[in-house]
Amino acid sequence: MEDFLEIGGVRLRSRLLVGTGKFSDYRLIPKVVTASQTEVVTVALRRVDFDNPAENMLEYLPKEVIVMPNTSGARNAEEAVRIARIARAAGCGNWVKIEVISDQRYLLPDNFETLKATEILAKEGFVVLPYMSPDLMAAKRMVDAGAAAVMPLGSPIGTNRGLKTRELIEILISEVKLPVIIDAGIGRPSQAAEAMEMGAAAVLVNTAIATAEDPVMMAEAFGQAVSAGRKAFLAGPGAIQKYAVASSPLTGFLQEIS
Amino acid sequence: MNIKVNGKTEALVQECSVKDFLDIKGLEATSVVIDLNGHIVKAQDWEETLLREGDVLEILRLVGGG
Repeated sequence: MEDFLEIGGVRLRSRLLVGTGKFSDYRLIPKVVTASQTEVVTVALRRVDFDNPAENMLEYLPKEVIVMPNTSGARNAEEAVRIARIARAAGCGNWVKIEVISDQRYLLPDNFETLKATEILAKEGFVVLPYMSPDLMAAKRMVDAGAAAVMPLGSPIGTNRGLKTRELIEILISEVKLPVIIDAGIGRPSQAAEAMEMGAAAVLVNTAIATAEDPVMMAEAFGQAVSAGRKAFLAGPGAIQKYAVASSPLTGFLQEIS
Repeated sequence: MNIKVNGKTEALVQECSVKDFLDIKGLEATSVVIDLNGHIVKAQDWEETLLREGDVLEILRLVGGG
């Protein structure tokens, strides 16, 4: 059976999106892309620092991946819209991850401003993926506003704490008619597999890969976990029981024949 | 003539275009995107876009991000 994730008219085989922040060296990024088999990577837009000009990150991204800029740094919808337009002019294509944050301690997204930005950018032809708190009503409004997927957080950005918002995300998966991509907080491949087993359309991972001792090996592990979790979801896991249910037949014991 | 570049004031001794300014800073054209006074300036317009007193220039680029 062919299984793919369709977003913005594009069919993705890989259900792992990878963030490119926090890598010690840009040269790791193409290796991480290959090892993880990801087809979508996120990038950010920043001012050039003349005293310390960084390399051009686009040179390190394989041509075939979709480059999705985020709007990190935006504190309201207006700033997010401006960043998205500039990033598109920088050669990113028309995918954008809306990220509007004004809380600096937990970096939790502002669903209201995110919704406003989603509406404006979707009308301008962007493929909009809003990063959001897993609130059902907000997610439904993102759908109406023209989002291409919704991206609820598992736990705060960069914490590696996994699916702390699990129950709310399960509600989103059940009720929202768009791909639900778990973004932020996934720290281990087992957590990525768990997200996929519960029916998430995809996961976005950055810190867990970038800060691993061996980022390339961790990228491969995440790719395998996401694909295993997805397969398990499609295979339909068996029921959970309170009491033991023997796996071997309960007839024909040796005692019965002797 | 003073302009603001990426939040800092810069003094320009002679008239220059966006392209001249990038050349002075040693920035490759393919790696940056320009926003002048809140409007994106496309690369093909850099040469004819002259910087004026009080302009607010943002020189941006893509970096790693999540």
